[in-house]
Amino acid sequence: MVRKGLSAWVFLLLNLVLALLLVSPLLYCLSVSFMTEPELMNFPPRLLPSALSFENYRAALQMAPILQFLLNSLIAAVACTAGQLITGALAGYAFAMHEFPGKRVLFLLMLATMMIPGQAIIISNYLTVAGLGMIDTYQALIIPYLTSAFCVFNMRQAFLSIPTELKESAELDGCSSPVFLVRIGLPLVLPSLGSLGIYTFLSVWNQYLWPLLVTNKPATRTVQIGIGMLQDADANAYGPIMAGVVMVLIPSIIVFILGQRTLIQGLTAGAVKG
Amino acid sequence: MTGVAVARPAQKRRRVSPLPYLYLLPSLLLFALFVFYPFVKTLITSLYTTDPAGRLVDFVGLSNYIGTFTSKDFAQVMSVTFEFAIKVVAGSIALGVLAAILAHEVTHLKGLFRTVYALPMAVSSACITVICVFILNPTMGILNYLLGTDIRWLKDVKTALNSVAVVTIWMHLGLNYIFTIAALQNVDASLYEAAAIDGAGLLRKHWHITLPCISPTLFFLLIVNVINSFQSYAQINLMTRGGPGKCTRVFIYQIYLEAFVNGRFGNACAQSVIMFLLLLILTLAQFRLEKKVTY
Repeated sequence: MVRKGLSAWVFLLLNLVLALLLVSPLLYCLSVSFMTEPELMNFPPRLLPSALSFENYRAALQMAPILQFLLNSLIAAVACTAGQLITGALAGYAFAMHEFPGKRVLFLLMLATMMIPGQAIIISNYLTVAGLGMIDTYQALIIPYLTSAFCVFNMRQAFLSIPTELKESAELDGCSSPVFLVRIGLPLVLPSLGSLGIYTFLSVWNQYLWPLLVTNKPATRTVQIGIGMLQDADANAYGPIMAGVVMVLIPSIIVFILGQRTLIQGLTAGAVKG
Repeated sequence: MTGVAVARPAQKRRRVSPLPYLYLLPSLLLFALFVFYPFVKTLITSLYTTDPAGRLVDFVGLSNYIGTFTSKDFAQVMSVTFEFAIKVVAGSIALGVLAAILAHEVTHLKGLFRTVYALPMAVSSACITVICVFILNPTMGILNYLLGTDIRWLKDVKTALNSVAVVTIWMHLGLNYIFTIAALQNVDASLYEAAAIDGAGLLRKHWHITLPCISPTLFFLLIVNVINSFQSYAQINLMTRGGPGKCTRVFIYQIYLEAFVNGRFGNACAQSVIMFLLLLILTLAQFRLEKKVTY
């Protein structure tokens, strides 16, 4: 009993150390974002500000059009998420609940796209988008990411869990395939749509190389590139830079905390088999 | 019997229905435009020289490939890429497993620790990189102060690659943690009870039971981590731009420089194909290894 109590404390302590170590860069960033300039220049460096100063946030908003960047990222992330869920659900439904000639070949073709790493074709995609005159448009940020094999594959898994008898009996009652999808299928795969939606939102929100290549003007640049711009504008203005980072982090952290449970259950359900 | 006789023609009619193809059309069209077409285009461009706008100029056969393999940079870029990948993959999986075991064993504040360990998933590479550039700043950064050192972390050949690797380990930790903890929850509890009866200590318990039981998940993570670490771009661009010298110039950064700084798209495409093949070989090799080793 004593040993058990002791080991519980040891584990709590080890967890506290590791968790603090991992989260310390984020906490330090938050703390610095509220410091005044003299506090930042202080030696030895301070860990906490003496008071909450919002001066850095004001400065960051002046150094770069961060609100515009936030809006651009939001538009791209929401559009891509909606697109991937729609195309993924349609394709997953077709693969899981229909029989048709060529199904196997088409499914393997989709899986094959997972073997091609995004970065290996990004140059060609850039040349295509540039050739179409789409540089600096929302279309360039959105259209290439309206579908993903990951989404199709996971939606197929979700639809496979619906018993085929359900669809057959609905058909006997005169329920057509599209009506079944909208009325019965989609509500049943809602948890998968939730976890994939959160995952897709986070990954598009956090994209770096593609937006860097296809956007040059503030009107379409995303927040991740905006952060780099703050650094380029004045590499030593760490107060405003950290304030900018906080503003960019808040939306993704809110989405993560709210959707954490759904996200983790959905992501790991397919991959872990005993 | 009549029921079956009626159902059969109905099934046949369903088989030629155009609906499933309509469902697949949006995805297939997008894959064709943004995965298969660029893949073929990359293969074709790799056989040509191009102008700085990426238009094909002269057919040169395999000389972009030969040029890449024989260039004096290639060996160094490859050794940096592999050193970086090995450090990142090993470090990040080990830390993910450690975090998962700790979060699995702890009895208090479980929810808090689980959120913290998964949190890096929500933090973009750009954000954590910019924070770490500040922390690593030789004069204003807090790390040198805390350690009592005077190291130019990102400007010193000895520390630059390791600094980028540590930041990348942090980025990949969330994913490794959540898959490992999910696998831990599926380990048969009776195995642990048996081990407790045999008097196995904590380390022996996890070494002999947990690790073998979660090895399929670890192999899955190994494959995903190798692919991810080969595609590390943001942190290199924001921390070191491949320097000092070429000591952090990983393959993907070299490809980017070749295309968008030097304007040699033919070369860059040949290198993209090489990277694709390299990842394909590594992935297949890991699958074969998994067949041999897992329980």
